[in-house]
Amino acid sequence: MSLRANARDFDLASGTVRELNAALHQLDPSTSHYWRVLNPKGRHSIAAGLDVDATVEIEGNVGYYCAGMNKRATVLIKGNAGVGVAENMMSGLVHVQGDASQSAGATANGGLLVIDGSASARCGISLKGADIVVKGSIGHMSAFMAQAGALVVLGDAGEALGDSIYEAKLFVRGKVQSLGADCVEKKLKDKHRKKLHALLQKAGIAGQVDIEEFRRYGSARRLYHFHVDNASAY
Amino acid sequence: MCGIVGLFLKNQRLRPELGGLLGTMLTTLSERGPDSAGFAVYGEARPDRIKLTLRAGADTDFDAIAAEIGSQLGEDVSICRRDTHAVLSVPAARAAEVRAELGRIAPDITIVGMGRRMELYKEVGLPDEVAKRFALAGMVGTHAIGHTRMATESAVTTDGAHPYSTGADQCLVHNGSLSNHNALRRELQRDGIGFATENDTEVAAGYLTWRLRQGMHLGAALENALEDLDGFYTFVVGTESGFGVLRDPIACKPAVMAEAGDYVAFGTEYRALADLPGIEHARVFEPEPAKVYFWDLRQ
Repeated sequence: MSLRANARDFDLASGTVRELNAALHQLDPSTSHYWRVLNPKGRHSIAAGLDVDATVEIEGNVGYYCAGMNKRATVLIKGNAGVGVAENMMSGLVHVQGDASQSAGATANGGLLVIDGSASARCGISLKGADIVVKGSIGHMSAFMAQAGALVVLGDAGEALGDSIYEAKLFVRGKVQSLGADCVEKKLKDKHRKKLHALLQKAGIAGQVDIEEFRRYGSARRLYHFHVDNASAY
Repeated sequence: MCGIVGLFLKNQRLRPELGGLLGTMLTTLSERGPDSAGFAVYGEARPDRIKLTLRAGADTDFDAIAAEIGSQLGEDVSICRRDTHAVLSVPAARAAEVRAELGRIAPDITIVGMGRRMELYKEVGLPDEVAKRFALAGMVGTHAIGHTRMATESAVTTDGAHPYSTGADQCLVHNGSLSNHNALRRELQRDGIGFATENDTEVAAGYLTWRLRQGMHLGAALENALEDLDGFYTFVVGTESGFGVLRDPIACKPAVMAEAGDYVAFGTEYRALADLPGIEHARVFEPEPAKVYFWDLRQ
């Protein structure tokens, strides 16, 4: 079956988010789907909890937790996203064409989150394996306690980047206002250049930015387990 | 929780629609604050006159009170009632005497705000009901701020509703909770600032009043608030000619702004802005933490 055959427009001016999400949750998992969501007007939880091979294009700004818990689906937001876009994503792709609010990609386990604009505070907080590429800048306390996955930022990072970070990999091209506890700058080796290139390629911008302009940050691994000598750093 | 909205019109043609636009914004944020709602509207100023917004019980005869004050002072005093509130227009030079007279003839009346342009209304109830009771939709002006409250720090009462007046033509709405308000209230009380409630936001309002009394500009007062107030806050402050926004340094509470050719708008969530005319072409952005923003008619 072709993609077009499974195409549908859903207008949130006449239907509810609950109806939209229920319909998306009931899509046939054995085939692919293409949906357009009209008049999102900042509503919360649009296209949350998908687990299907679907492309969902949202025509405007969305509210909180858009594409939360996403699995397999591609969600394209043609506008800004509110708090917690793609939070706890498991796989798939979430692409924000505007800016994202706080806690973008929080706790996300897998998949890719691309933000064309900037993300505000706590981007990638407690990241657990997903990759996040932000073409603009990120706010304070980003990658707080990030455990796995990668955060790539073409612009600047706010205060306390990577506070209490575990093994997530951070690549920032611009200025970092300050590093959080136990987060340090690390050498950009060839294997990191390769990884960074792959991440930029996934986000469709490989070759557009110079990899040598990025700096790598990660855990100094001093705070994994409580040690009294480190008490002042907690 | 709590919701804040603010609308500052750059285009004069939208002024007749100010109340209607703000009402829609306010109602959209009902889920963030179903306990009470309030708003301040900056309307037309009359030369040498000042407006006192009064609040009293439903059976209050505001007309008789206005007539009494008018005859005592030998002045033309007009009053416009809206539900439990009424706006008394008096000669600016005699405002202090009017206040004293009000205290004498109607001691149960609360003066919720005063100024050349500001009118301030707040009540317990769903935002939509509160907006209808005060006929917000018909109000005209240059800018307005509003608040929907979900009470956390003190009781659900009209006194606990926002906005809080901080001085002539100035008021404050707050989303968040302050953690040092009790200590700060005691300090401010020692310096002669009075408080009617146990509410944390009233302390923030009192703090700004105190700073303004020291001769500070509002921008400087807000900068100092960053040092002296502990807790979570997004403040929107209404002034005679515009409004200001301040978020705490960790930006605990959400905030979105939109700047269009015709207006600047503030909303706790984007939903509140979604029905504004031309919003699809506006620049939508999140105000940065610990940064004072101002929009002013005079600029």
